[in-house]
Amino acid sequence: MSFHASTFDRYLAGDSAVHHLDPRVKVVVAVVFIVCITLLPDGAWWLYALSFALVMGATLAAEISPWLIIRRSLVGLPFLLAAVTVLFTIPGNSLWTGPFGLTITDAGAMRFGSIVLRSLISLQTAVLLTATTSFPDILHALRHLKVPDILVSVIAFMYRYLFVLTDEVSRLLRGRAARSAALPGTKSGGNLGWRASVAGNMAGQLMIRSLDRSDRVYQAMLARGYRGQMLTLKPHEMRPLDWTVLVTGCLIAVILPVIGRL
Amino acid sequence: MTIFPAGILMHIPDGFLNLFVSLACWAITLVVLGMAIANTRRDFDERLVPLAGIMAAFIFAAQMINFPVAGGTSGHFIGAALAFIVLGPWLGLLVMTAVIAVQALLFQDGGIVVMGANILVMGIIPGFVAYYIYRLGRGRSWSFQLVLAGVAAWLSVVTAATVVSLLLAFSGTSSLSVVLPAMVGVHAVIGIGEALITVAALAFIHQVRPSLLSDGQEAGKGGWVVVGLAIALVIVLFAPFASGHPDGLEWVAETTGFLGTAQDAPYSILPDYTIPGLGETGLSTILAGVIGVLLVAGLVFLVARLLQRRSQDASTI
Repeated sequence: MSFHASTFDRYLAGDSAVHHLDPRVKVVVAVVFIVCITLLPDGAWWLYALSFALVMGATLAAEISPWLIIRRSLVGLPFLLAAVTVLFTIPGNSLWTGPFGLTITDAGAMRFGSIVLRSLISLQTAVLLTATTSFPDILHALRHLKVPDILVSVIAFMYRYLFVLTDEVSRLLRGRAARSAALPGTKSGGNLGWRASVAGNMAGQLMIRSLDRSDRVYQAMLARGYRGQMLTLKPHEMRPLDWTVLVTGCLIAVILPVIGRL
Repeated sequence: MTIFPAGILMHIPDGFLNLFVSLACWAITLVVLGMAIANTRRDFDERLVPLAGIMAAFIFAAQMINFPVAGGTSGHFIGAALAFIVLGPWLGLLVMTAVIAVQALLFQDGGIVVMGANILVMGIIPGFVAYYIYRLGRGRSWSFQLVLAGVAAWLSVVTAATVVSLLLAFSGTSSLSVVLPAMVGVHAVIGIGEALITVAALAFIHQVRPSLLSDGQEAGKGGWVVVGLAIALVIVLFAPFASGHPDGLEWVAETTGFLGTAQDAPYSILPDYTIPGLGETGLSTILAGVIGVLLVAGLVFLVARLLQRRSQDASTI
């Protein structure tokens, strides 16, 4: 098992107009769009289709394959289990009666379908944001948008050391695998408690190593003149195009739930 | 490969909570997070960023540690309890917030608008639960403290699952009578793995670096405010079930049935919660309670801001 930057970084380098938009614009439009999707009423199928078309339009403008965005958005599917219950519990006309007297109602199916679609479209929006904006740019945007500086710095630091520490943990995992050799057909290692304690020792060891590392990093930063603020050489400036996209993007997003409730 | 990744049912995606619930959770989260930032900034100063950043990366990496359980499934490590016990609640919360933000922004593991709820559910509530239960054993024998740490880790997972279920039911996304036992049941099992790993990790740290466990950051008085807030929130969410509406299913059917009819109302921003339709449903109780909690939270926020300003004044000398 090995973890490299490519495993984590979901940014797809590109030269499209969407890639060149100011990250602030992309973050704000994406958040406003997701809020508006949340506000869409149940069963507004054609509005869902319209929202989906908008996300896919932006995807094409970013010169990214829509299929890729759709595939990545499927990470949210396991959570749908939590919503399955509404199929049966909302009173309505019976659509299908299964075993144990479970009955799917039309109202339940509508609610379930609406939750699924709204969630998928929101996910696709977030996936597209991540795919067209590098993570440091997103963080820069958050800083400009007045997210507390300390929080953004901590997240930036975490991102930087994500790769180092996941490499470290994969070395620990490889070491455990190497120690756990077993003859074919036999089991290696002890009972559940023993296996958990091995995992716990790994976690404890990783924690101490991480704490020590943070201390060394801090000393190194002090030596280089760190005074509590992260500096950047990349000033983001809003161009006229950025303002246009910001305003039209938010307007289109806000119109969706307004139409839905008329 | 893992068949059932532990955290997956905890990271609520966008679209599963309605806007009202999302915003209410954001309000609570922002207050507590503000307190965490003020406290950690005071205690760690400029050392805070590398410390919290690297510990957040540690939590993320530690979540890759798994151990075979049975039948091809494996136990995973969530790490919130360990972080809060070793680092203290405020630093722990900052660390978990960074983890949740990166998971949402980078991997779409958990939504953006519901991130406030995710921080509440996976950071604030389990963290303070774990921290205060562990602290009950202060001054007792080490083995007693370890047992308490195990209980704390297990409870932190189960409490988080409970609150997720409540939020989902409150949003009309799932029926409480089904999702609560299911979530709590699954996480009661996941919690055992979490408890075992947390205890083993603490035992290891105690052996190798005992100083880490003795001089952990104190929560101070603010911690009890958070606990009070969290307890108030849970009581508020539970209130309708305790009074007159013992049947959770009936309650959800009522609210969701009401959801169906509310669509006709034009221009409503919170269609699920237009007050006139509430009548005597449990919803109005919750709504009133949440408004109360938010009012209190707002007050706490103001006080925290004042305190923060004062501590900043003191530190600029």
